[in-house]
Amino acid sequence: MSRPEDILPPDLFYNDTESRKYTTSSRIQTIQSSMTHRALSLLSLTSPSLILDIGCGSGLSGEILSASASEGTPGGPHVWIGFDISSSMLGIALEKEVEGDLFLADAGQGVPFRAGTFDAAISISAIQWLCNAETSEESPAGRLSRFFNGLYASLRRGGRAVCQFYPKNDVQKKMISAAAIKAGFGAGLLEDDEGTKNAKTYLVLTVGGGDVRGDITSVVAGMEGVDVEDHRRGVPRKRGEERKGGKQWIMRKKEQMERKGKVVKTNSKYTGRKRRIAF
Amino acid sequence: MKLLTLNFLTCAIKTCKSSPLSFPLHPREVELEILETDYNAVFLRNILPRLEWEALRVLAGELGLPSLPESSPDVSSLSTSSEEDDSETPTQVAQDLHRLLLETCIKEGKLVCGCCGHEYAVKEGVANFLLPGHLV
Ligand SMILES: C[S@@+](CC[C@H](N)C(=O)[O-])C[C@H]1O[C@@H](n2cnc3c(N)ncnc32)[C@H](O)[C@@H]1O
Ligand SMILES: [Zn+2]
Repeated sequence: MSRPEDILPPDLFYNDTESRKYTTSSRIQTIQSSMTHRALSLLSLTSPSLILDIGCGSGLSGEILSASASEGTPGGPHVWIGFDISSSMLGIALEKEVEGDLFLADAGQGVPFRAGTFDAAISISAIQWLCNAETSEESPAGRLSRFFNGLYASLRRGGRAVCQFYPKNDVQKKMISAAAIKAGFGAGLLEDDEGTKNAKTYLVLTVGGGDVRGDITSVVAGMEGVDVEDHRRGVPRKRGEERKGGKQWIMRKKEQMERKGKVVKTNSKYTGRKRRIAF
Repeated sequence: MKLLTLNFLTCAIKTCKSSPLSFPLHPREVELEILETDYNAVFLRNILPRLEWEALRVLAGELGLPSLPESSPDVSSLSTSSEEDDSETPTQVAQDLHRLLLETCIKEGKLVCGCCGHEYAVKEGVANFLLPGHLV
């Protein structure tokens, strides 16, 4: 099967059509949600934190970060800042009125936050894109090093980052972990369903001062048999039915918020319509 | 973009990283909006010691918001009950901070680096931090 990052650069691959297809696919929603929960369990957050979401896309992972502990998000609700290179993906996140702040930015150019900003960082299905340099001026190694150096500096001491990614092969897996270690992180790779076509790779990174150094055995210890459940699975949706992020859904959420006495944006003919930020 | 975020954001250009002038970025020609969100006492307590208070004061001044006290309020001034349980009532200080940091947002405008002068556009609350190749 061909890999999207071998076809086009990310901002062109995730255009309006692909971004919408991606975000509304219930199969993708289920997979991204279970990986986000898995990453959160590896972060072990116990209270509301400031989190960076790298390659946040349309906010599928962010919505989980914003949920409360009683809704299943450990330590939540968290406050998050997300960045993504695709303005179409961010446009959909805007439509959904996600809680996090959004940036149009390229992770391969670095992380523009002052030292020690974040308690934690998360990245779901994004960093394999950094292994493709888009222009001849840059190399994958240069992009990876700018990203990991910036990430390392922007995390507070003792902070953690978990990046789920789809390595193309072992060489790429090693190149990514080596770049992280070179930036100063303690790094370990965790593989779920290793060797199957559903294999998932998590790069678990720690910034000195935490309880993990060099490997992730203490993170993974006690995690055997942890199964991430997703309760949204399996209910087929009928045409015209309310869809999460759709117009009906937004209107209902707004009503709920209004009842709670909150100020919500007035509905217009654009509510729930396609949005795109044109820079 | 929440004002909280501006308290952590720096210029993305490499040669600015080491300059103290690259933080905070300065808002210009901005339109603000209030987006309400649930009060989160534990988060506020967590983030307060990490704020650059002086930068927040500068920012409030540049945005024409009411001026802030000279030094950061203490974490203990955020709630009235000494027990840190969920039922504590936020003090006026806590409510003001919540409104300023988490509900006051930049909707449109630009953010300007005090070191290199680069302007980052903000549209619909989203800032554009993509750099042309030669500035990376
Ligand atoms: C498969 S999507 C995942 C989105 C989101 N994390 C989720 O779980 O739904 C991959 C995302 O990575 C983004 N991406 C790819 N390369 C990037 C880069 N260099 N900087 C920032 N984002 C990037 C793409 O635009 C896309 O939104
Ligand atoms: Zn600058």
